[in-house]
Amino acid sequence: MHGRPRKASEPGEDADSAAKAVKLRSLQSQFMSNHHGKIYTKVAIELSTELLKINPEAYTAWNYRKLAVEDNLSRIESDPDLVKSILDEELSVVESALMQNFKSYGAWHHRKWVLSKGHSSIGNELKLLDKFQKKDSRNFHAWNYRRFVVELTNRSKQDELQYTEDMICKNFSNYSAWHNRSVLVSSLLANRADGFMPNEKIPEELDFVHNAIFTEPGDQSGWFYHLWLLDQTVDVETPLLASSWPSHGCSIILSGPGCLNDSSSKFTTFCSESGSFPLIIYFDQAVGGVSSSTVTIDSELKGNEDLVWEPVSGKNSQVSCGWVTRMKYFSSEPIVRKEYKVKVRVGNSPGIISSRGGCNFSAPCEFFFTAHVHDAAVKDSEESIVSWTDEFDIWDAQSEDLNSFVSLGRLNAEMDLNWRQEALAKEVELFRQLSDSKIGKLTLARLLMASEAMASDDTVKGAHYEEILQLYNDLMALDSSHYQYYKDMHSVAFLHKVTSSTESLSRYLFRYRNMNNLVCLRLNNLSLSRIASVEKLLFVQMLDLSHNELHSTEGLEAMQLLTCLNLSHNRIRSFSALDSLRHVKQLRVLDVSHNHIGKHSVDTTRYLCSSPLSNSEWTQDEVGRQKPSLVTKYWDAYFVLRDMSLKQLDVAGNVIAGDEFNSFVLQVMPKLVWLDGQKLRT
Amino acid sequence: MADKLVADKHVRYILMAEKKKESFESVVMDHLRMNGAYWGLTTLDLLEKLGSVPQDEIVSWVMSCQHESGGFAGNTGHDPHVLYTLSAVQILALFDKLNILDVGKVSSYIAKLQNEDGSFSGDMWGEVDTRFSYIAICCLSILKCLDKINVGKAVGYIVSCKNLDGGFGCTPGAESHAGQIFCCVGALAITGNLHRVDKDLLGWWLCERQVECGGLNGRPEKLPDVCYSWWVLSSLIMIDRVHWIDKAKLVKFILDCQDLDNGGISDRPDDAVDIFHTYFGVAGLSLLEYPGVKPVDPAYALPVDVINRILLTK
Repeated sequence: MHGRPRKASEPGEDADSAAKAVKLRSLQSQFMSNHHGKIYTKVAIELSTELLKINPEAYTAWNYRKLAVEDNLSRIESDPDLVKSILDEELSVVESALMQNFKSYGAWHHRKWVLSKGHSSIGNELKLLDKFQKKDSRNFHAWNYRRFVVELTNRSKQDELQYTEDMICKNFSNYSAWHNRSVLVSSLLANRADGFMPNEKIPEELDFVHNAIFTEPGDQSGWFYHLWLLDQTVDVETPLLASSWPSHGCSIILSGPGCLNDSSSKFTTFCSESGSFPLIIYFDQAVGGVSSSTVTIDSELKGNEDLVWEPVSGKNSQVSCGWVTRMKYFSSEPIVRKEYKVKVRVGNSPGIISSRGGCNFSAPCEFFFTAHVHDAAVKDSEESIVSWTDEFDIWDAQSEDLNSFVSLGRLNAEMDLNWRQEALAKEVELFRQLSDSKIGKLTLARLLMASEAMASDDTVKGAHYEEILQLYNDLMALDSSHYQYYKDMHSVAFLHKVTSSTESLSRYLFRYRNMNNLVCLRLNNLSLSRIASVEKLLFVQMLDLSHNELHSTEGLEAMQLLTCLNLSHNRIRSFSALDSLRHVKQLRVLDVSHNHIGKHSVDTTRYLCSSPLSNSEWTQDEVGRQKPSLVTKYWDAYFVLRDMSLKQLDVAGNVIAGDEFNSFVLQVMPKLVWLDGQKLRT
Repeated sequence: MADKLVADKHVRYILMAEKKKESFESVVMDHLRMNGAYWGLTTLDLLEKLGSVPQDEIVSWVMSCQHESGGFAGNTGHDPHVLYTLSAVQILALFDKLNILDVGKVSSYIAKLQNEDGSFSGDMWGEVDTRFSYIAICCLSILKCLDKINVGKAVGYIVSCKNLDGGFGCTPGAESHAGQIFCCVGALAITGNLHRVDKDLLGWWLCERQVECGGLNGRPEKLPDVCYSWWVLSSLIMIDRVHWIDKAKLVKFILDCQDLDNGGISDRPDDAVDIFHTYFGVAGLSLLEYPGVKPVDPAYALPVDVINRILLTK
C-alpha cells in the first residue's frame, strides 16, 4: 500500500474492516446486477455514485455511468437544460471521486468523456485545476488534463508559459512545471513565434534556469531543462557532413584477395573477394534520405550507376549518422592496372533530412579521391593466423600523410556560430563558480566538451580535454553511486582527445606487416568502458581494444573497413553485445576471449540485438532445423555469428566456452578456419 | 534490517493473500484481481514455487473473465479492458496454456482498439495512453500476431510521446514518468525499435532516479518506491545503461522493505506490504541477479525461460 505504515492490526480493527468490506461488497453486487440488467433508474445511478465515492477505481462503475448518460440523453435530447443537469451531475461525481483519490485514471477519463459530450461550462475547468494543482503541484493527471483543456479552449501558449513561470517562481522544485515549460518553449521556438528566435530566447531561458540551479544545486528540477537548453545551444538543425571514407583528396589501392608485394605504407590498401569497396559518409547528426539521387558519384569505375545506400546500422533504421554504399571496382573484364578519380557530391538534390527538426542538408558539398586498381594478388594469405603480438610496424608516415586518411573537422561549416559561442562562454564562466557541487562539475564538463565541438579556431582545439578528464575523475569520487556513468563519459572524452589531432592519433597507429600493411589502431590497456569518435576512425582496418572495460561494441558498425578486431580481456557479457559487428561486412578476425560471456543471467543487450524476441529476425536455416534446443540455448550466438564471415575466432576464457558451444559454433560458421588458435581444416 | 531475501515467507504471504478475501482492502481491489493473480503467480514462478497453486482452477477462473468481444475483465462480472487482457495472457503463458486461447478472438479485440494516429484505447470508452500501446504490442507479440496491427503507426505514436529529457509520457506532451518509460521502451524493444530512443539522455535521467538510500524514484524530487526497482531497472537494462546505478545499494533498499515476520514487500521500509510491491521487489532482485531468483525478461515481464520457450521456438 503506497505510503501506509506497516503495523499489526489492533483488536476491533479487523472487525471494523470486515464491516466496511461487507457494506462495499453488497454495494458492488447490487451495482453489478444493475449493470448487467441495464437498469438506469435514478436509484440505480445513485447506487453507483455511492460505490464510486468509496472506490473511485471501480472502473466498471464509470463505464456503467457512461451507458446511463447515453441512455438518458437519448430520451431528452431537445432540452438543453436537462442535458446540462445530467452532465453537471457527472462532473460533480468526478469531483468528489477525485477528492477521494486524486490519481484515479477512471475519474479523470470520465471527466474528459463528459466534456466531449459538448458541455459548455468549460471555463470552470481551469479554475478547478488551479485548485487541484495548488494542492498537489506535481500531479501528472492534473497537468495532462490541463493540456487537454488548454487545447480545447485554444488558450495561448504564451499564457500557459506564464503559468509555468508562476508555478516555478512559487517553488522552483517543480519538475512538472519545468517539463511543461520545455514543451511550450520548444514548440514556440519551432514555430518561430514572436519573441522566440533561438539566439534571443535560449540565452534568456538559460538565465531563468540559473536561479533554480544556483539556489539549490542538489535539486534536480532544473537540471534536465538546463541540459536541454545546452543541447539547443550546440545542436544545429541543419545536418553537416562530418567525415567520409575515402576522405577528400586521398588515394587508395584496391585489389583482389591476398597480399600485394608493393603495397605502399603511404596509402590504404583494400582487398576484397567481392571486388567492391565500401564508400562511407558520416554526418554530424542522424539523417534520412541518403540515396543515389541525393548523393551522386562521378567516376569511370563501371557498374556503379544505381548504387544503394544503407544506414551503417542496417536497413531497419531509417535514419543514421553513417551511410554506406558498395562500389564495384572490378567486373568480369581482365583487370587493367589503372588509376580512377572518383567525385562524390553530397546533397546534390534536396532530400537528406535531419532526424532532429526535419531540416534539410545545408549546402551541397563534394569531395574526391583517387582509386588505384591493382590486378592479381601475389600470394593468398587467407589461411594464415593473425597474431596481435607481433608483425606491427610503428607509424612512419608524416602527419601530412595522415591528413589524407582522416578528415578531421567539418568539411562544411556554415552555421550561426556567434550567439552560440557567446552563450557557451558565459555558461562556462558561470559554472566554474559552482564547481564544488556534482551538477556544477558535470555541467562544466559537458560545457567544455561542447566548446571543443564548436571551436572554430584550430589553435584552441583540444585545450580543454585535460580539465574535462579531471572533472570526470572528481565526479567518480564525489558521486560513487553513478561511478560508471562518469567512467563512460571519461572514456568518451578521452577518445575525443585522442582523435582531436593527427599528432595525438598517430601515437596509437601502426601497420600490420603481414596483411598489406593494414592500418592498425591500438587502443589496448586504456581502461576504456565505451567507444566514441568512430567518425574519425573510418579508415581503420585493424583495431586492438584488448584489456579494456568494454561491455558492448555499440558504435563500431560505422567502421566498415574493419577486418580484424581484438576485444579480448573486456567485459562483454553476451554475443548479443556484438550485434553491431553484424554490419561490419569486412570483419574476418575476431577475438572475444577472456570476457564474461555466459557468466550473467541478465543480458543487457537482449533487446539491442535483432532476434525473434524483438520481432526483427526469424529465418530458419539448416542449423535451426537440426538443433532447435541449442539454438534456444545459444540464441544470441546463433543470430549474431551466422551473419558474420569470420575466418578466425577466439572465445576461450569465457564461461560459455566448451566442447558443446565450440561444436555449435562450427555448425553456425562452416567457413571458420581458426578457433581458439587451433586450425580447423588443412 | 534484512540481509537476505526471506523467499519462503513471501511465498506463504502470496498463497495466504488469496484466502483473505474478507478484508476491506481485498474488496477494494476486487476489480483488478486479474492483475493481482499475474503479480502473485509471476513472483511464485520467479521463486520456483509455481507448482504450489491449483493450476486448473486458476486457468478456468481466468477463462471465465473473458467476454464475447475477446477481451478479459479484471474479475468475473466486470467489463473487459486491455489491462486485464494482458494479465490473462501472461498467466496462461506462465502455465504454458496459451493453446486454450482463441488467439484470433483475443487479437481482434486488441487490434480493433488501435486508433487512426497509431495509439491504442484501453477499451471501448476511448481512454488513450501509451500504457495501452505497450499492452497491445506485448500481448500480440506473445500471441505471435503483431501483423494484426499497424506496427509502424503504433511506434510512431510512442515516439511522439518522447520528451526533451529523453523520457516518455502517457500522451504527447505529458511528463516523463518511469512507469510510462517502461511501457514505451518495452514496446520499442519488442518491435525492434530501440534505435528510436536517445539512450544516453534517457539513461542519465533514469540513473538519477537513484536516491541517497539506494532506492529509486519514478520522477525527479519524488520519494523512492520499490515498484520503480522494476520500472526504472528494466528500462535501464533494455537500453544497456543499467551499470550507471549502484546495484548493491538498490538490493539493500529492496531487502529493507521486506516484512520479515509475515512476508511480503512494501513500497518503503516499514510501510504496509501488498502483492504489487512484492512482485516488483522480487522482479527487481531478479534483474539485479540476486541468487535464488529466476531471471525475468525486462520487456515482457515474464520469466526468461517462459519467453524463450514461446518466442525462440517455432
